[in-house]
Amino acid sequence: MLQEKGYIGTPRNRVDGRAKVTGEAKYAAEFDAPDLAYGIVVSSAIAKGRIASIDADAALAVPGVLQVFTHENRPRTAWFDINFRDETAPPGSPFRPLYDDKVVYSGQPVALVVAESFEIAAYAASLVRIAYEPETHMTDLDIQRDEAYVPPRKRTGVKRPPSPRGDPDGAFEQAPVKVHGEYRVAIEHHNPMETHASTVVYEEDGTLTIHDKTQGSQNSQSYVSSVFGLSSDQVRVISPFVGGAFGSGLRPQYQLFLAVMAALELKRSVRVVLTRDQMFTFGYRPLTIQTISLGANPDGKLVSIMHDAIQTTSPWEDYQEVVVNWSNLLYHCDNVKLTYRLSQVDTYTPIDMRAPGAALGVTAIETAMDELAYAAGIDPVELRLRNYAEMDEADKKYFTSKELRACYQLGAERFGWARRNPEPRSMREGRELIGWGMASGVWEAIMQRVAARAALTPDDRLEVASATADIGTGTYTILTQIAAETLGLPMESVTTKIGDSSLPKSPVEGGSWTAASAGSAVQKACLSVREQLFKYARRMDDSPLANASIEQVTFAGGRIHMTNDPSAGVTLQQAMQAGGVDRVEAEEKSSMGLLKNMRYSGYSHSAIFAEVRVDEELGVVRVTRIVNAVAAGTILNPKTARSQILGGVVFGIGMALEEESMLDHNLGRFMNHNLAEYHVPVNADVYDIDVIFVSEHEERLNPLGVKGLGEIGVIGTAAAIGNAIYHATGKRIRDYPITIDKLLG
Amino acid sequence: MNRFSYLRATSIDEAMREAAADPTARFIAGGTNLIDLMKYNVERPTRLIDITRLPLNGIEETESGGLRLGALVTNDETAFDSRIQDRYPLLASAIQAGASPQLRNAATTGGNLLQRTRCYYFYDPETPCNKREPGTGCPAAFGRNRIHAILGTSDHCIATHPSDMAVAMAALQAIVHVRGPGGERAIPIADFHRLPGEHPEIDNTMLHGEIITSVELPPDGFSRNYTYLKLRDRLSYAFALVSVAAALRMENGTIAQARLALGGVAHKPWRDPAAEAMLQGQPATEDRFRAVADHILKDARGYQDNAFKIDLARRAIVTALSQAASGTPQSQIDKRIQ
Repeated sequence: MLQEKGYIGTPRNRVDGRAKVTGEAKYAAEFDAPDLAYGIVVSSAIAKGRIASIDADAALAVPGVLQVFTHENRPRTAWFDINFRDETAPPGSPFRPLYDDKVVYSGQPVALVVAESFEIAAYAASLVRIAYEPETHMTDLDIQRDEAYVPPRKRTGVKRPPSPRGDPDGAFEQAPVKVHGEYRVAIEHHNPMETHASTVVYEEDGTLTIHDKTQGSQNSQSYVSSVFGLSSDQVRVISPFVGGAFGSGLRPQYQLFLAVMAALELKRSVRVVLTRDQMFTFGYRPLTIQTISLGANPDGKLVSIMHDAIQTTSPWEDYQEVVVNWSNLLYHCDNVKLTYRLSQVDTYTPIDMRAPGAALGVTAIETAMDELAYAAGIDPVELRLRNYAEMDEADKKYFTSKELRACYQLGAERFGWARRNPEPRSMREGRELIGWGMASGVWEAIMQRVAARAALTPDDRLEVASATADIGTGTYTILTQIAAETLGLPMESVTTKIGDSSLPKSPVEGGSWTAASAGSAVQKACLSVREQLFKYARRMDDSPLANASIEQVTFAGGRIHMTNDPSAGVTLQQAMQAGGVDRVEAEEKSSMGLLKNMRYSGYSHSAIFAEVRVDEELGVVRVTRIVNAVAAGTILNPKTARSQILGGVVFGIGMALEEESMLDHNLGRFMNHNLAEYHVPVNADVYDIDVIFVSEHEERLNPLGVKGLGEIGVIGTAAAIGNAIYHATGKRIRDYPITIDKLLG
Repeated sequence: MNRFSYLRATSIDEAMREAAADPTARFIAGGTNLIDLMKYNVERPTRLIDITRLPLNGIEETESGGLRLGALVTNDETAFDSRIQDRYPLLASAIQAGASPQLRNAATTGGNLLQRTRCYYFYDPETPCNKREPGTGCPAAFGRNRIHAILGTSDHCIATHPSDMAVAMAALQAIVHVRGPGGERAIPIADFHRLPGEHPEIDNTMLHGEIITSVELPPDGFSRNYTYLKLRDRLSYAFALVSVAAALRMENGTIAQARLALGGVAHKPWRDPAAEAMLQGQPATEDRFRAVADHILKDARGYQDNAFKIDLARRAIVTALSQAASGTPQSQIDKRIQ
C-alpha cells in the first residue's frame, strides 16, 4: 500500500519550469553541431500537376550553397509504403517528400536548398525557378461532399460508428419535438509556438543523432530507420522539450525526412526549420460538415438521434477520427443512426488536432441539444439530465466511472445557472446583450502500453525514464511526483528523463493517455524498486523490519519504517548495502487492463458554462466568464491540471470565435498562412476561466485512477459559447467560428 | 530573403543621395514591416539605408500652434506623449488600437505611413498580385477577401491600407513633410496615400529618393469630441475589418465641424468631405449619422467574403459619431464598446 500521500494530488510547480524560463531547455532547432549546414524548403506554388522543370543553377551558383535536392537528384529511399508508415498513420500510401515530379497539394516541398548558413540557404531558395504543368485541382468540400465514401479500411485506434439501432428515421418522423441542422467547424491548423524543426547531427561514425520536434521520439526514430534503411542503433532521436504540438508532432513531418536525407548525402550535420507559413503545409483539423436530426418527446426524452459527418481527407490517405459516436455516448436513445464518411480534396492529409473528432462532433451535438432544449422548452441542463446515458449503449458496457451529473451540478452552482432566464435576449447591460450557455464534454480515457525504468543509487537519487514526451503538458512534473511519492523521496531527488528514443519504449504522446499510461509505468517500476529494497532491508542483520510485510511499512524521507512505529526502520542506503548493490533498477510496462476493458468503457467528462457579452449593434463578442467542471478521475497535480484545462478552454474560444484556415479554391491554397491573419485568442480575448475538478473515484482503468486531461478542456467549449451567443442574441449560428459578420443584422 | 548592402546614413542628404542613386534601395527605420516583407521575398531591396541615426526625432510645437512629429518618433512615444494625449487624444487612441507594445516601441511615424497592405496574396509570392508584380492579376477579387476593401477599389487591386495611426491623422488633416532631390514638399495626408487604379504597385505620392521628415498636426485636435472605434476579428492584435476615426467640434449641442476617416475599407484612409458637410450645423442625432453613413457607403462594393463590411462600416460610423458627440471615446483597454 502507498501510505504516504505527499505528492500525488497536490499542486506542484513544473520541475522543468526554471529550465524553460531561463532558456536552458533546448528545443529541436536550438541544438548546435560542428559544421552544421542549413536547409530551406522550397514549397510548391500549385495544388496539383507536375513539375515540368526545376532550374537550380542560380541557387547552386551562390557561394556557400552545398546542394539543391529535388526529385531529380534525391537519394534512393525505401520502396514500400509500409516503410513510410509511422505508428499513427491512417490507411493509405504515406506522402513521400521529393518522390517524383507530381504535385499533389499546394505548399508541397519540392526542393531543399542546403547551404553553409541559414541566410545563404534562404537567399538561394529564392532563386530556385520551378516550371509547373498544372492540372485541375479540387479543394472545395461543398462540391466534393457528393463523392463522400465510407473508408474501406479502418484507422487503427479509431472506432467506426456503431451499427444503427432501432428505427431512427421512423422515430424522428413521429417525434413531437424535432431539431435538424447542418453544422460546420472551419479548418484549423495547430500552430504551436515552436515551428517544426529537425537538427540532424551526423556523428563521426556515420550514425545520426536527431533533435526532432515530435510527440514520439521512437516514432521518428523508426520512421527514419525504415525509410533510409538504417539499423535502429544508427539512429537516435532526442526531443526533451517540445514547444507545443497539439497533435502536429504525432507523425514525422517532412522536415525530418529532408534533414536526414541531406545529412546522409552530404555526410554532415543539417538543420531544417519550417517557416510559419510552412506550418500550413501539412496536417490540419479537417473541414467537417455535420448533419444532425434529433427527435424527442415533449418531456425532452430523445427518441431519435441521427448524426452524420463528412470530413476532408487527402487523395492518398484515409484519415479518420471519431466524430459522431459521442452523441450516443452522452445521451440515452433507442433509435440511433451515426454515420461517418470521407471526401477527398487536394490538400495534405489531415492530422489529429487536440481532441480530434470530439472537438468537432461534440460541438455539433451540443449545439443541437441546445436547440432541442429551446424546441422542447426545457432547461438545457435539465434536458441533458433527462437523457443521461447510464452506460455506453453502443458497446453495451458500463462506464469505469462517470461523474458527469456532478459536473453539471457543481458547474451550474459555481456559474449561478439557476438565475438564468431562458428567454433569448432577456439580459442586457447598456449596448451589450448577455447570454449564458452550456455544453457537455466527453473524451475517451485511453491506456497505452508504456515502459518505464526506475533506478535508485546510494546517494538517494532516483532516475525514472521513458521514451514518452512532454509537449508542455506537465509530464515531467507528474512523473516526478509519482516516483517521489512511491519511494518516499523528496521530488528534488528524482530526475525524470523522457523524449529520447533510447529510453524504454513508449508510443507517441497524445490522446490524453500519457499521464495514465506513462504514470502507471513509472509507478510500477518504482514499486518494483520498492519491493527489492524492502527485500534487502528485511535481510539486514537485526533488521527492525525482519518480520514485517511490505503492507506494514512506509517509505518516507529516504527510509523504510514500520508504519505503526516510525522509529523502527532502515535507510534506503542501508538496505542497498545489505543487498550488496549500488543500484536498484527495474523496468516495467503499464498494464492495459484488458480484462476490465472488456466489460467497461472509460471516459472523462465535463460540463462547460459560458457567459458572453455581445454588442448588439456591432456583433463584437466577449467571452467574459467560463466555468469548466471536469471529471477525469484522479488529478495528479491540480496546478498543471488546471493549466491543461485553461489551455483547452482558450483553444475552444479560438474554435468558437476566431480560428479558420482560409482555402482559396481557385488556387487550392491556404491563404491566411501567418499568425497575423490566422487568429488565435490573445490575452484580451480571455477573461475569467474557472476550473473545477469534480471528485471521481476511478479504480478500473489503472491503479492511479488517472484518465488524462489534454483534450477534455477544449471539448464542448465552442458549443457552450455558441449556445451563450444564441441566448444573448437569439441568433443560432451553426457555422463556427462565429465571427462578427455572422452576428450582424 | 535576398542579398542586400547596408548603409547607416549620417545625414538626410546622404540618405537621399544614396537612395536616389539606386532605384531598389529602401530606407529602414523600425523595420517592423519591411523585414517581414523581405523574409517573404515580397520586398527585395538590394540596398538598405538605415535612417535611424538621422535627426528626425522629437515632437515639437509649430508656429501655428500644432505639433510636429519627427519621422523617427516611435508610435509609443507619440501615443504616450502628454501633449499628444491632451491635444490629440484621437491620435493616441488610434495608435494604441494597433499592433502590440513591442511593435509600437519599434515602429516609427514615417514607417507606419509607409507600411504595406496585409492582403494575403500580396504577402505570398507564389500567387499573382498586381501590387507585388504588376500585370499578374488580382486573385483576391475572386478569392479570399474578408479583409479587403469595399471603397475605391479597382479591377487591379482591392487591398486596404492597414494603418490605424494614418486613419486618425487623416481625420486630423495632418500634413506629411518630405524632402527629396527636388527639395521639400508638404503633402496633405489626404493626398499622401492613393487609390489603386491601374497602378496598385504605387501606394503613395512620394517620389523615389524622397524621405519623410515629419508629420505636422494642425492646431485643432478635436480633443473633446472624438473617438477611434476599431472592429476586428479578435479583441486585440488584429488589423481592422473596419475602423472609424471621428472628430467633432460641438457648439451648443450642434455639430460645428466634423471629420470622419475610415480604416480597413480602402487603399487609403477614407474620407468623404461631402458626408462630413452633411453634419455641419446639425444636431447630433442617430438619423443624421445614418444618413451620413449611407452617403459614405453609397458606392461601396462587396466581394465574396467582405460584403458584410458595408453593413459593419455603416453601423461603426453611427456608433463612432455617437461616441464622439457624447464625449465618450472608445477605450482601447476596456474592449467593451462604449
